[in-house]
Amino acid sequence: MRERAALATPQAPREDLRPAALRVEGVSKRYGRVLAVDNVSLTIAEGEFFTLLGPSGSGKTTLLRLIAGFERPDSGRIELGGKDVTAVPPYARATNTVFQDYALFPHMSVAANIEYGLKVRHLAREDRRRRVAEGLTLVRLVGLGHRQPSQLSGGQRQRVALARAIVNQPEVLLLDEPLGALDLKLRQEMQIELKRIQRELGITFIYVTHDQDEALTMSDRVAVLAGGRIEQLGSPVDLYERPTNEFVAGFIGVSNVIDRDGRRLVVRPERIRLLDPGETPGPGTHLEDGTVQDVIYAGMVTRYAVQLDRGGRLLVVEQNRESAAGADDLRGRKVRLAWRPDQAFDISAPQAERSEQ
Amino acid sequence: MESRWTRVALRAWAVGILLFLFIPIALVIIYAFNVSTIQSWPIPGVTLKWFGQTWEDPEVRRALLLSVEAGLMATTAALVLGSMAAFAIHRFQFFGREAISFVFVLPLALPGIITGMSLNSFFAFNQVTFSLWTIVIGHATFCIVIVYNNVLARLRRTSSSLMEAAMDLGANGWQTFRDVTFPLISTALVAGALLAFALSFDEVIVTTFTAGAQNTLPLWIFGAIRLGQRLPEVNVVVFIVILVTIVPVVIASQLTGGRAAGRVEAVAAAEEV
Repeated sequence: MRERAALATPQAPREDLRPAALRVEGVSKRYGRVLAVDNVSLTIAEGEFFTLLGPSGSGKTTLLRLIAGFERPDSGRIELGGKDVTAVPPYARATNTVFQDYALFPHMSVAANIEYGLKVRHLAREDRRRRVAEGLTLVRLVGLGHRQPSQLSGGQRQRVALARAIVNQPEVLLLDEPLGALDLKLRQEMQIELKRIQRELGITFIYVTHDQDEALTMSDRVAVLAGGRIEQLGSPVDLYERPTNEFVAGFIGVSNVIDRDGRRLVVRPERIRLLDPGETPGPGTHLEDGTVQDVIYAGMVTRYAVQLDRGGRLLVVEQNRESAAGADDLRGRKVRLAWRPDQAFDISAPQAERSEQ
Repeated sequence: MESRWTRVALRAWAVGILLFLFIPIALVIIYAFNVSTIQSWPIPGVTLKWFGQTWEDPEVRRALLLSVEAGLMATTAALVLGSMAAFAIHRFQFFGREAISFVFVLPLALPGIITGMSLNSFFAFNQVTFSLWTIVIGHATFCIVIVYNNVLARLRRTSSSLMEAAMDLGANGWQTFRDVTFPLISTALVAGALLAFALSFDEVIVTTFTAGAQNTLPLWIFGAIRLGQRLPEVNVVVFIVILVTIVPVVIASQLTGGRAAGRVEAVAAAEEV
């Protein structure tokens, strides 16, 4: 029941109720002439699943490495659990990382890999054994402890990397595109798996990805990065339904942007209706006339690309509630599009806030 | 598509080259078992008596001991200095890094006669007495390169995220080296050491210029052949030297995995020196 309740409330946790696990304040990092991270500030609450989303080169991995301690910021400060760790080396930080290439030690067995962090921290042997067993159970690899990493599949290695990080009970777990090397099906399985583990352990997750689906599916909150800056920070619902600028509108979901009356509007394709001939739209509906250029049948839905008479091009998605046979006939036809004005978002206004708080 | 004839011709060619390379070596090995002191073909009979006689020869024993000592010491020096240099070049970005890297590898490409002569005049000018130590220094010049190259190649093939992972899990610099970096480069170190020893063990030119009155094994062979004396013993010693140098090379190429060809090339290049 608890899980259902959690699923039913996708809203971001109220961070004022929980202490901050991580605080990044005005952090910048420059590599030569490239400003990889440009004055980024954010606060992540304890137990939150937080995602850094952005295209390659957006600075998301650099930001993660700064939090892990592999890089020192040129300016700004980083706080973990209320303590300033800006100058603390990675081995003294209460963070653990799941690396993109897993970085399993090839000369150690699976169990020895998972045990390593506990060993260098001088835990008693029985404690180490118990925690390794728990870790293997958590990632569903019981019985594979004696294997070498080279004897495992990609998905299994991924789980070992996760267990190796988690057994240290970090305050914050950092994940650098951990599912990037897996095929789609495995990736979707692991998304559910990661979410389950995060819920069970209540650890703060900071997750780096360039995959918007992954970000929307798993995260409590997402920071969209571009050019080393946070373009928008909010819950998945916020980002999708209320993008504050064109970059976010285009990066998350399909870029459906038109210019009307000096304003730039975003309309999500599934919010647009294709009116039946002769249908009268409800009062206050925004209307556009256009010509269907292309019809793409995709099983569950059909996509229509429509060239508007007043300029611009929109993608419309219709659910195939009934057979979509005959949809092809619309190609080249005049159609009328309709949407409620509150479904179109104005992104022409200067950005009110770039990063939160 | 190559025709059948091309294939046959290529095979014959390859066999011809192998024969050209290995017949002289095979001859020396066979002559080591020759009953007669005269080297003629076919050999009149087979014997092991030269092995015993060679073993009893005090000159050969002294030369063997000196060669082993020089080889071990040059290898030790190479392990320490070569791996430290490799770490420095790999780990740090600094001005002149490429130049230093090049200078490190240069002794392998430099003709041995130049290395030998310069060391000779350097020692003479500073009034250093020629001894085991001068031989060791001479050998270390090219042994360092072997270890350096091996370790650097391994470091470059090792993902830096492995070291980061160790640090991330709580290991400090020393623990990271002990638990992760060293185990990962250990086979490269062993391979480098074996090759360095093999190179040192059969080195002639640099040794000629840096040795005093003592003879290493290759110098003893060289002297004996020039004087045309004790040829059966020479054959036995050459046979042993072949074994001592080939075995480490084979082990080393096993240790470095698929890079056997590269290693043998390095040895070949060094032997031209």
